[in-house]
Amino acid sequence: MIYNIDFETLPREAITAIQLKRLKATLENVYATVPFYKDMFRKARLTPHDIRSLDDLQKIPFTTKQDLRDNYPYGMFAVPMANVVRIHASSGTTGSPTVVGYTARDINTWAELMARALSAGGAHRGDIIHNAYGYGLFTGGLGVHYGAEKLGASVIPVSGGNTKRQIVIMKDFGPTILTATPSYSLHLAEVAKDMGISFKDLKFKFGIFGAEPWSESMRDELEETLNITAVDIYGLSEVMGPGVAIECHEAKNGLHIFEDHFIPEIINPETGEVLPYGETGELVFTSITKEAFPIIRYRTRDITSLHPEPCICGRTHIRMKRVSGRSDDMLIIRGVNVFPSQIESVLMKTDKIEPHYQLVVDRVDNLDTLTVKVEVSESLFSDEIKLLQTLEAKLSSDIKEYLGVSAKVKLVEPKSIARSEGKAVRVIDNRKI
Amino acid sequence: MKVIQISIFLENTGGRIAEATSILADAGINIRAMSLADTTDFGVLRLIVSDVDKAEKALKDQGFAVGKTNVVAVQVEDKPGGLNRILQVLAKAEINVEYIYAFLRDSDQAIMIFRFDNTDNALKILQENKIKVFKGEDIYAM
Repeated sequence: MIYNIDFETLPREAITAIQLKRLKATLENVYATVPFYKDMFRKARLTPHDIRSLDDLQKIPFTTKQDLRDNYPYGMFAVPMANVVRIHASSGTTGSPTVVGYTARDINTWAELMARALSAGGAHRGDIIHNAYGYGLFTGGLGVHYGAEKLGASVIPVSGGNTKRQIVIMKDFGPTILTATPSYSLHLAEVAKDMGISFKDLKFKFGIFGAEPWSESMRDELEETLNITAVDIYGLSEVMGPGVAIECHEAKNGLHIFEDHFIPEIINPETGEVLPYGETGELVFTSITKEAFPIIRYRTRDITSLHPEPCICGRTHIRMKRVSGRSDDMLIIRGVNVFPSQIESVLMKTDKIEPHYQLVVDRVDNLDTLTVKVEVSESLFSDEIKLLQTLEAKLSSDIKEYLGVSAKVKLVEPKSIARSEGKAVRVIDNRKI
Repeated sequence: MKVIQISIFLENTGGRIAEATSILADAGINIRAMSLADTTDFGVLRLIVSDVDKAEKALKDQGFAVGKTNVVAVQVEDKPGGLNRILQVLAKAEINVEYIYAFLRDSDQAIMIFRFDNTDNALKILQENKIKVFKGEDIYAM
């Protein structure tokens, strides 16, 4: 079912006409209300009036995550706080997190887009949605929640964790749609199996999976194990949250981006040059309807490509391929964004630690595990085992506290971490995704 | 009256102790006593050697994390209750022992290596109780 048939099936000329109109209004607005953007225009010797076509968008500089951090917490907001009804923040960072805000109208827009997304993923009014995305500062849980209510589905706000209880709820409440990270969903299936419950006996029909990268082979596994149709959902808090793009269950071939609200571009991450449709590069977003936190040419660091060809589902909005990687070193571990530099700053808080560390990511029983190897330096070393063990435990709890991700800290011998051209190899990702 | 012990950090991987001992062998260093403390992931090898500085340098050059600690070499009568007597004296004086290991010697006297949380206090108590403590030089050369 197409939730908003008028907007989701517009001919391309109509989409671009709406985009241009909304883009101009957005640029006028941020120029007048957000000093960061006014500066950006000034430095580029531009004013909003210089943007007369969608192609002119390329003249505007990019916005990066660092820009958002520099304006922490509210510097990028375009409305007075009195008009902000919700605040979310990016998952744990040691420095400044990125903070985003929503007006009442933004929340409504987000709910509409999530309702569209859930529809595209197979949900209808009357479905029961088991929402296992985390509720809180992370946009996943509440994003799905508001969309589900907008759609008229019944939502179970189960959030993450407490897996055995989730299985009981799945068995007793009869949910028909599962929204969760793909790795947690497979973990649910394993725990269910141990409890003697098969997903084949549950009522699930569709699963809407996101917040971490996954693959076609994982789709096969999810569909087989959970006995459902699995679709991919995409979003990021800086742009809105979940519901920026969604795969339709009919085609399961790329994610429709809601182009009446966002303008996507693909750029060469090295040069910043805009690439034509079909070519692979970094995804860049401009929001064109947001009030509290408009964002102009935001570099997502996600690698994908854009495909404007018509889709069998009837939607005319452009499709992005499943995200295949990152143009930076960010890792997504159990849905939490982790930069090696964040781990580094946690380690550096402890005196005596030299910056020789390595992150090893694995997937064990469908759950991501993070091991942080730290080289034992002369000054760190003790002949007493208990001091070394205390150090491991302390670092592990610091990482959990600052980044919100569980990590096993493992002390290793000096110079044992592989160095290439003198530079330590920071990340080893063994996940097969 | 203190003895310098060197200790090295070892990951629990096959052959690591042998690598350490072969470095010492190549440097012509005699191991007087040793003990290994370990966890599931790593271990700490503690050594009393014939030449502390040379051993430290050889191991550092090969990339080991090397620590030096003051320990105390205590003579223990090689008969039932020999060690117990010493431990009773220390317990009474509220001296904490971090760890102990044996130093083998070809006689009717045994030597034990003690690591205390407060080495100076421990030495004082041992001397007051007429318990024999060895000098570092004597131990290295034994």
